[in-house]
Amino acid sequence: MDLFEYQARDLFAKHGVPVLAGEVIDTPEAAREATERLGGKSVVKAQVKVGGRGKAGGVKLAADPDEAVARATDILGMDIKGHTVHKVMIAELSPEIEAEYYVSYLLDRTNRTFLAMASVQGGMDIEEVAEKTPEALAKVPVNAVDGVDIVKAREIVALAKFPAEVAEGVAEALVTLWDTFVAEDALLVEVNPLVKTKDGRILALDGKVSLDENADFRQPGHEALEDKAAANPLEAAAKAKNLNYVKLEGEVGIIGNGAGLVMSTLDVVAYAGEKHGNVKPANFLDIGGGASAEVMANGLEIILGDADVKSVFVNVFGGITACDEVANGIVQALELLKSKGEDVTKPLVVRLDGNNAELGRKILSDANHPLVQRVDTMDGAADKAAELAAAAK
Amino acid sequence: MAIFLTKDSKVIVQGMTGATGMKHTKLMLADGTNIVGGVNPRKAGTSVDFDGTEVPVFGSVAEAIEKTGADVSVLFVPPAFAKAAVVEAIDAEIPLAVVITEGIAVHDSAAFWAYAGSKGNKTRIIGPNCPGLITPGQSNAGIIPGDITKPGRIGLVSKSGTLTYQMMYELRDIGFSSAVGIGGDPVIGTTHIDALAAFEADPDTDLIVMIGEIGGDAEERAADYIAKNVTKPVVGYVAGFTAPEGKTMGHAGAIVSGSSGTAAAKKEALEAAGVKVGKTPTETAKLAREILGG
Repeated sequence: MDLFEYQARDLFAKHGVPVLAGEVIDTPEAAREATERLGGKSVVKAQVKVGGRGKAGGVKLAADPDEAVARATDILGMDIKGHTVHKVMIAELSPEIEAEYYVSYLLDRTNRTFLAMASVQGGMDIEEVAEKTPEALAKVPVNAVDGVDIVKAREIVALAKFPAEVAEGVAEALVTLWDTFVAEDALLVEVNPLVKTKDGRILALDGKVSLDENADFRQPGHEALEDKAAANPLEAAAKAKNLNYVKLEGEVGIIGNGAGLVMSTLDVVAYAGEKHGNVKPANFLDIGGGASAEVMANGLEIILGDADVKSVFVNVFGGITACDEVANGIVQALELLKSKGEDVTKPLVVRLDGNNAELGRKILSDANHPLVQRVDTMDGAADKAAELAAAAK
Repeated sequence: MAIFLTKDSKVIVQGMTGATGMKHTKLMLADGTNIVGGVNPRKAGTSVDFDGTEVPVFGSVAEAIEKTGADVSVLFVPPAFAKAAVVEAIDAEIPLAVVITEGIAVHDSAAFWAYAGSKGNKTRIIGPNCPGLITPGQSNAGIIPGDITKPGRIGLVSKSGTLTYQMMYELRDIGFSSAVGIGGDPVIGTTHIDALAAFEADPDTDLIVMIGEIGGDAEERAADYIAKNVTKPVVGYVAGFTAPEGKTMGHAGAIVSGSSGTAAAKKEALEAAGVKVGKTPTETAKLAREILGG
C-alpha cells in the first residue's frame, strides 16, 4: 500500500526522522487556520500518489493565510496525471536550501536482502540519476538481521560521498529512517529531497512510503492509512468479503482457484478474445483452495455486479478440494443469489478438472441450469466464454 | 533419485496440531510420507492418531531430530509465528524446511533468510507461500494432491500451486520425478535456479518444466542459468501477460513495477536461452510431450 506524502511525513515524525511541521486539509478555508498556526506563511502541497506534481502546479507558496486559501482553492480538485487532488498538505516553509540529497531503503528481491540507496544528487527523479549518472547513486546491501546502526549509516554516507560537514547529520537521519522502515513493516521508505538548509539542518522535505499488507496483523494503525475513497467500489466490496479481486478493463468475468491459475486464465481468455471481437478479462478473482458455496456465491455476486461483465468463466482445478464440492458450490451459489432476489442473466462457462472432475461435471449437467455451460478444457472454455461475451457486447 | 525429497526422508510437521496441519498431515501419511513427529511445545509428550498411525509430538525441532533423525520439516505455522518457527528449524540445522504458510510479512521472510545465511545455509528453505514438494510414489511434503500423477521422468519447478497441479495433471500419463512449488512471495528460499541445478544433476529426470509468473527477475536469471548450465531440455510457462502495472495479482510477489517484472520480458529471456515457452498451460504440456516423444 502506497501512502500519501502527509502520511509518510507523519510516520517519519513518529520515528524521529527530521521533518517540517505540516497538516492535511480537504477544504480551502481550512488552509487559513493551518497557515496561521505555522506563523502566517506556508507551502500548499497537493496530495497525490504520483510524481511530478510540482511541475503540474500542485505545489505553491503562500505568503499569508489569505493566499494559502487561494492556493488551496486552485489546487483542490486539480487533475494531476489522472489523479484528482482531494487533499492538500499545509506545510511549514523550509529554511533556505543549500543542497538536495536522496536516501531510501527498499527490498532487493533479486538478492533477497534490503538495500540502502543514497545520492548527493537529490530533488530529481532517481531513476533518471540511476540511468544517467549511475556512479552518483550508492547502492548498499543491508542485512535484515543486522539492520542499520550509526556505523552502517556512516558506511552508506561515505559510499555516497556526502560532504564532510553533513555526513553525521545524514547518517543520523539514515538511522531514524531505518527505524521507520522496520517498525512500520515498509517495503519502501524514500526521502527525496533530503535537504541541507542554510542554517545547517538536515530535513526530509518530501517522502514516499509503501507498506507491506502482509504485516497488517501486527500493524493495527495501518488500516486507517488506506485511501478508501479512491478504491474501486467493486474492489472495496470484494475486500470487505475477504476476496482477492482486481478490477480490469474487459468483458469476461473470471473466477478461479489459486493466484497462478487465475493469472493464467486471464491470459488464456485474452488470447481467445483475439478471435472474438477482442474481448478481454474483466477481473482477477482468486477464491482460494477451499471454494465453498458461500465463497463462490460471494465471488459470483461481485462479478455479476460489474456492469462491464458480459459472460463469466469459472475455472477450477480440483486439488485437495474435490470438483464435486466445487460443482455443488456453484449450484448452491446460483440458488443463493436467486433467493436473495438477484437476477442472474449472464452466461457462465464452467471448467472443472482434477480431483473428482467426472463427479463434478455430472452435478453441473444434472442441475441443468439454463445459464451454465460446461466445457472441459481450459483453452476450450476460455474460447466459449470469449465468444459469449463478444455476442453480448 | 528425485530431488530434495525421497522415500527415505524423515518428515516432521511444525504446526501439526492445528486444523490445517492435522488435515495435511493425514493426507501426507496417506501418500506414503514417513512422518516421524510433530512439534508443539504445549503438547510435547503427547501423540496424535491419524487413522491408526500414532505420530508423537515433540517440544522442539531439536528434540524431534534427536529422537527420530528427522531431516525434513513442513511448516503450517500461522504468519505471526512463522519467523520464530523457521528460525527454530535453522537453529536445529534440519536439512530441509518447507514453509507452506501464506501471508508472512516480508521483513520476517527477509530476516529468516538472512539468518539462514548467517548460520552457513545448513537448512534449505522452500517457500514461503508455497504448496511444498512431492516425489510421486515416494514422499509428499506439503499440500500438493498426491493422486494427480505417478512417478515419471519430468521435473517440475513452479511459483504457483494450482499451476503445478494443472501441469502435473496435463502430463499425468508421463509422470514426474519431483515437483517443487517454490512459492509466490517476494522473498523465497529455494529458487528456480536451485531446482534447475538439482534436476540437471538428477539421473531420473529427463526434462524440466519451469513455471514462472510476473514480478521480480527470477525467471530472467533462471534463463541465464539455463543457457550456461542446463543440458536437459527445459519447457517453460509464464503467467500474467494481462496483469496491469502496479497491481498485486494474488501472490504477494506477483506485481509488475514500472517496466520490470513483466511476463513478456520473462518469456523473451527464456526463449533466448533456448527454452520452449507455451502460450497456455495446455500448449506447454504439448511442447513437453513433443520433446519426450521425439
